[in-house]
Amino acid sequence: MKEKIRIASGQGFWGDLVDAPYTQVTAGDVDYLVMDYLAEVTMSILQKQKNKNPKLGYARDIPELMKRILPICIEKKIKIITNGGGVNPEACAEAIFEVAKNLSIKNLRIAVVLGDNIKDSLEEIISSGCELNNMETGESIIKVKDNLLSANVYFGAMPIVESLRRGADIVITGRTTDTGLTLAPMIYEFDWKEDNYDLLSAGTIAGHILECGGQASGGNFLGDWQSVPNLAQIGFPIAEAYPNGEIIITKHESLGGKVSYETVAEQLVYEIGNPKKYITPDCVADFTTAHLEEIAHNRVKVFGISGSEATEFYKVSCSYSNGYSSFGSLTYSWPNALTKAKAADKILRERLQNLNLKFDEIRTEFVGYNACHGPLATEIDEDKINEVMLRIGVRGTDYDSIERFGKEIAPLILTGPPSVTGFAGGRPKPSEVVAYWPALIPKKLVQPEVKILELKNEN
Amino acid sequence: MKIKLIDISHGRSGDKGDAANVGIIAYDDKGYEIIKKHLTINRVKKHFEGICFGEVERFEMPNIRAINFLLHNTLGGGGTVSLKYDAQGKTLAAALLRMEIEV
Repeated sequence: MKEKIRIASGQGFWGDLVDAPYTQVTAGDVDYLVMDYLAEVTMSILQKQKNKNPKLGYARDIPELMKRILPICIEKKIKIITNGGGVNPEACAEAIFEVAKNLSIKNLRIAVVLGDNIKDSLEEIISSGCELNNMETGESIIKVKDNLLSANVYFGAMPIVESLRRGADIVITGRTTDTGLTLAPMIYEFDWKEDNYDLLSAGTIAGHILECGGQASGGNFLGDWQSVPNLAQIGFPIAEAYPNGEIIITKHESLGGKVSYETVAEQLVYEIGNPKKYITPDCVADFTTAHLEEIAHNRVKVFGISGSEATEFYKVSCSYSNGYSSFGSLTYSWPNALTKAKAADKILRERLQNLNLKFDEIRTEFVGYNACHGPLATEIDEDKINEVMLRIGVRGTDYDSIERFGKEIAPLILTGPPSVTGFAGGRPKPSEVVAYWPALIPKKLVQPEVKILELKNEN
Repeated sequence: MKIKLIDISHGRSGDKGDAANVGIIAYDDKGYEIIKKHLTINRVKKHFEGICFGEVERFEMPNIRAINFLLHNTLGGGGTVSLKYDAQGKTLAAALLRMEIEV
């Protein structure tokens, strides 16, 4: 058994720093590269791409990235784990094989994790008595079934562990918990038992710290953010894991950013609910048992973690089409920038009303004044404010109303308050609103499937 | 003496559906005692009047001197539906740190 493994976070979301995975595998030693590509809304986008072209439906950044990192990862024996397979992990694997062939790589084993996509078996699941009730509202999914765009189960670490046991160099999953990506190599390397919930919770919390990339190593740091060095070349976090469940969060020393008690603590509280019950498919981790200690420069020990048995359910993430929205904005300058923006808003709303347009919601915000903190914004001295951006959004089910809204923004320049600019890029177009439907499904109703795909030396 | 919460603590916020999570972390033990005492559910709910339209849940994390709040019905329907500029509540931790406390 290895005495420790180093797991590098390479991507916090699809759209994160393109070069981060490359720097993670080149600026120092790591054993695993884990990359999270899937936000809740991503699955619906990928499902639409797959509907149009059955060879798509995965994070298309991956093949491009592989051109750069695959030779390095093979030479250094770094395994890659990512959920970027989206709704089509097999197509993603095929695309990687293409890259590998062009690089004259002879042998490559990719495991794909399938079975999370339950969109096509929904009828069966519903008729078995599981109505995938919305976790927030309690309503049955039947309400939105006809508008459903995607439905995916969050699997945990275990299918990835199986993939590693079967010799995978790369593991491509669909919907998998972000934490499972990091926990899996620990279970595999240290042979942690499936019912050792303290260890599983330690790996899960390490995964939580890594899952948003640079947010644990000095990015979006609300403490003394100006003390963070060289954010331009930020090093993403690395979890150094030990068989006893001790984790050290660190980063490559040559890169920028900062790993401190405070930067890690901020990531610990990010997007959590009840800290005593952080529920994953693998365990229920207790975040109130995670102690932090800065043991050296850019090295934070995370220890003392306990947890308990997982629940009998997987979380399901469904997305459905729920009308349209559109946004328009205009910028007003000194003098009286805010007063002008408010007047323009009033004129626009009056016009929308006269047109009898139907909206579920109209929202006005004044960027530069109250868009972030709403009623908490302090009163401003208009003489001291240089400009304000009026931002208006509308949402509704009537496409024509939303489209017509887009035609009412630019006219305000010639027919409203003065000193206005910032209208570029044409009329705002309606975009589809994709709403999110969280639910639970009994674990016995779905089975993850691991499939091994191989590129073999043909010579 | 009046102090601003931002002088004794930091934090991070994000989205969980239509709820925002706001985690506030004190810089030291003394600060943690202050935030434990002053950051009550009622005080936080009042602070976010006009922003949070639902229940406020409060969870203590003494291990890192933090308190995590869940503000329900806050993000205008949640990440993808919301018309808010800050649809994911990214700036709400800073919004809570504006609070002034009498110590």
